[in-house]
Amino acid sequence: MPKTMTAMDEFAVRLANGVIKKRWLVILATILLTFGIASGMQYLGFSNNYRDFFSEANPELQAFEEFQGTYTKNDNFFFTIVPNSGDVFNNETLALVEEMTEKAWQIPYSLRVDSISNFQHTWSEEDDLIVENLVEGAVDLSQEDLEKKRAIAIAEPLLRDQLVTEDSRAIAINVVVQYPEKSMNEVPEAVAHVRQLRSEIMAKYPEHKIAITGVSMLNTSFQEAGFGDVSTIIPIMYLILIVLMAVTVRSISGTVVTVAMILFASLIGMGVAGFGGVALTPISLSAPTIILTLAIADAVHILLTMRQHMREGESKHDALVEALRVNFMPVMVTSLTTAIGFLALNFSDAPPFWHLGNISAVGVVAAWLMSVTFLPAMMSFLPVKVAAKKGTSDSNFMGNLAEFVVAHNKKLFYGIGAFAIAMIAMIPQIEFNDQWTEYFDQRIEFRRDADYANEFFGFYPIEFSVLAEGEQGVNDPAYLAKLDAFNQWAKKQPNVTHVYSISDIMKRLNKNMHSDDASWYKLPENRELASQYLLLYEISLPYGLDLNDRINIDKSASRMTVTLSNVSTTETKEFLDNARAWITENAEGTMKATVPTSAQVMFTYVAERNVESMIAGNVIAILAIAVVMIFALKSFKIGTLSIIPNGLPILVAFGTWALLVGTVGFSVASVASVSLGIVVDDTVHFLSKYIRGIREKGYDRAGAIKYAFEMVGNALVINTVILVIGFAYLATSNFKINADMGLLTALAIAFALIFDFLFLPALLMRGSGKLIAAKPAETNDSNVEKKNAA
Amino acid sequence: MQLNLLNKTISASILGAVLATSVAFAPLQADEAADKQKGFDIAARSDRSDNGFTSSEVEAIMTLVNAAGRETTRELSFKTLERENEDVGDKGLTVFSTPRDVKGTALLSHAKILEPDNQWLYLPALKRVKRISSANKSGPFVGSEFAFEDFTSTELNKYEYKYVGEETLDGMKVDVVERFPRYKNSGYTRQVSYIDQDVYQVRKIDFYDRKNALLKTLNFSDYKEYDGGVWRAHTLAMTNHQTNKSTTLSYGEYKFKTGLADKDFVKGVLKRVR
Repeated sequence: MPKTMTAMDEFAVRLANGVIKKRWLVILATILLTFGIASGMQYLGFSNNYRDFFSEANPELQAFEEFQGTYTKNDNFFFTIVPNSGDVFNNETLALVEEMTEKAWQIPYSLRVDSISNFQHTWSEEDDLIVENLVEGAVDLSQEDLEKKRAIAIAEPLLRDQLVTEDSRAIAINVVVQYPEKSMNEVPEAVAHVRQLRSEIMAKYPEHKIAITGVSMLNTSFQEAGFGDVSTIIPIMYLILIVLMAVTVRSISGTVVTVAMILFASLIGMGVAGFGGVALTPISLSAPTIILTLAIADAVHILLTMRQHMREGESKHDALVEALRVNFMPVMVTSLTTAIGFLALNFSDAPPFWHLGNISAVGVVAAWLMSVTFLPAMMSFLPVKVAAKKGTSDSNFMGNLAEFVVAHNKKLFYGIGAFAIAMIAMIPQIEFNDQWTEYFDQRIEFRRDADYANEFFGFYPIEFSVLAEGEQGVNDPAYLAKLDAFNQWAKKQPNVTHVYSISDIMKRLNKNMHSDDASWYKLPENRELASQYLLLYEISLPYGLDLNDRINIDKSASRMTVTLSNVSTTETKEFLDNARAWITENAEGTMKATVPTSAQVMFTYVAERNVESMIAGNVIAILAIAVVMIFALKSFKIGTLSIIPNGLPILVAFGTWALLVGTVGFSVASVASVSLGIVVDDTVHFLSKYIRGIREKGYDRAGAIKYAFEMVGNALVINTVILVIGFAYLATSNFKINADMGLLTALAIAFALIFDFLFLPALLMRGSGKLIAAKPAETNDSNVEKKNAA
Repeated sequence: MQLNLLNKTISASILGAVLATSVAFAPLQADEAADKQKGFDIAARSDRSDNGFTSSEVEAIMTLVNAAGRETTRELSFKTLERENEDVGDKGLTVFSTPRDVKGTALLSHAKILEPDNQWLYLPALKRVKRISSANKSGPFVGSEFAFEDFTSTELNKYEYKYVGEETLDGMKVDVVERFPRYKNSGYTRQVSYIDQDVYQVRKIDFYDRKNALLKTLNFSDYKEYDGGVWRAHTLAMTNHQTNKSTTLSYGEYKFKTGLADKDFVKGVLKRVR
């Protein structure tokens, strides 16, 4: 062992010897602790509410909650029904709708059911106002009746392109549900009922396709995507990593111990989440995959060093102690920085990212603790066979690479520097897109149904609580005129499929009150008329089909719903901006305060909100990691310098993404701090060996670079391969947010290796070489100069 | 031969089982009929305690509260004419005084037992009476949590009954009676009424929706006995458990036997009320 042992080296040696001596105690304690903490997993539940993706402080969520408190909750099921015949106005299809409408009232937690069959058609006959279901007894309708129903339905603004398409190809049933939110089983219960209902109806009416969409299906899909990921991704990840370990570490016992370690780390992470009462989402469910990817690194470093020393003829015990000594600091620092990166996710606006960050951080720290206790304890008694050193050293390649980098440092520095700048310049091209149907891939039923339904009906509702002047204000003709103007304006906007406001009901009632004279299809001219029409209408409506979900109880506001087709986030934003502009220009008084809201609005800004909130998180992560680096490397300058090779790969990864993919969901906000915590590992290992080369071995800069390459080059390559595979494999997730995050992080990690191998050494070779002193105690410049000269 | 024997044994045991079951179920069926009768009797005693009020007039304030806690009120008055017999319903005249925009709007209704009620609405702004032709019985009343049928007098024969048992409610001994609507287009599968054993008044009703989930609860309080032994609750509080909205109806002093007659409950009077 070298004479120049630091205090930390001494601690590591004492720890290694102690652990090996009391290995049975260490192993037992590890297992007991793991299973104790893992017992928390019994408290884990799956989230089935898209609101879980937004923090309580999210302004769009707050606006929507307030809106829903005033009207009705917006959870729903939406059935799109398409007959093979191509025309819905036939006895069979209408009978289907009638039957399904009736049965839909049995869906658990349903509040109201709307379809053209129970649409409250109003008409007048002398002094009678007749209010009746538009379609009743569909089986017996004559061809003439069917055509009459078609004419009424297609002419009705409340129905056209909302519950029946203008071309009569598709018809729909909307079911509003309100969950008491007391049990996790409510959504699955309703969904199971709905699917059963669809099967029954489709069996009875085989010539029809029925797609189910709506917020409840979205909510259940989060759960289903999560289940899908857990059952497919995680087992395959274990398989891949076992193969990789076996190939690289070339030790059965080493592989077994590592797999046990990462399994324990994942169990501990999830157990803590359980005790913390976390509701799992597909995002937080990627934590086990991430933990197992990251946890492996610590073990690889220690096992590889041990193997290296054993090949040089050392006993297993000595090799193990030495492996712990040289790796103790870098393994601790890398785990610490990785944990910091993940903990920074707590700044995100989306609680699933807090959970992901905290579970991963716990797992990473657990893995680190086990790698310096459990791992040596296990390895000390398991058999390890190492072939004697062969003639050719496998560090030859690394040595050559080091010489190449040193020789061409100037070209590499400027070449890679220019590439980095070019890529970073591409970053502004990235476009945010959070179309929530596209969060799910085709394996999830909701996505397939949504794609199908999108061919016929709009998909994304935007709600406006259009404010009036005080109580009863909605009956003011000026208000109704403005509401109608807003409605007419919205109908003309691109991507708008439907607009629902009470102005259309008012016009119809006014016509009904004047013997159905078409020339009276206009707004009532005074507020008394408007109020009395509404009173009449309300008295005549059946159970569940009232206007309480359309008009505020004191009639100080009414709700306008604009439905957009399958639009991108950018297109939604354009519509919202235009709507706000219309309100600013045209609305007067109280109405000016009208704002758009809905789940779609929340998702439209989810990326911005998260990027915004993560800026502080990222800054703190960068600073905290730099501080750790300064202490770990005992050099302010090198620690600060490390920000460059740490930060550049992430920025370049974003630039590359902009060039290759172009759009990204809100997970992008999490990538920076997560990948920073990870890519920093390569730098830590490389720089710590570089410094050891200078301080301990007395090399000059070029020599220390070569030393670093030979010492950790292979381990870094193996680690990078494992990490890139691990994160890139997240791309096979059912859930796009995970896929984006995984691919982007993998890209950043791959770039990090390139930068650490080709750019960092070139950077170290630049300048006057005064970056580091020979010994941490004496900051003696002449000392360094002498070594460099040697 | 053996097979035959076996068959016989099986037949015998089946017969035995059938016999045993019918014996076991017979009292059950009898119980069911008894519960029906007892339920009806309790409901009838409660309903008939009202007999002979002849006519009434009262003013009320309706307070609506939404899930966000926002409140609004409507003021209205009710005139009621007692039914001639139990095969028809009461006649009612509801006049709105606030909000201002609906002042003078009047609703005349002739309640039926199983068919849709006859309803006429006078719209002062239009100066016209409109007959509302609608099969709907249980729609919400002017945006409140009450259906029209919930707070107008209950017709005994609109329901089938089932006695459930006894309970204590707010310190009172109450009979619990389930009732099942016999008329079409009801929004309810059943209602559970709590009727006190002292003066036979309904104290509480739970409403179950079409999927038999608890929808609303109506609490009757501030009961007062008027001359002639007629009881009236002065506060009716309805809570919707599914939407968390609620409506309270607060009645003023009732006036009975005010000389109202059939002629005061015809379409023609609507234009004259205020």
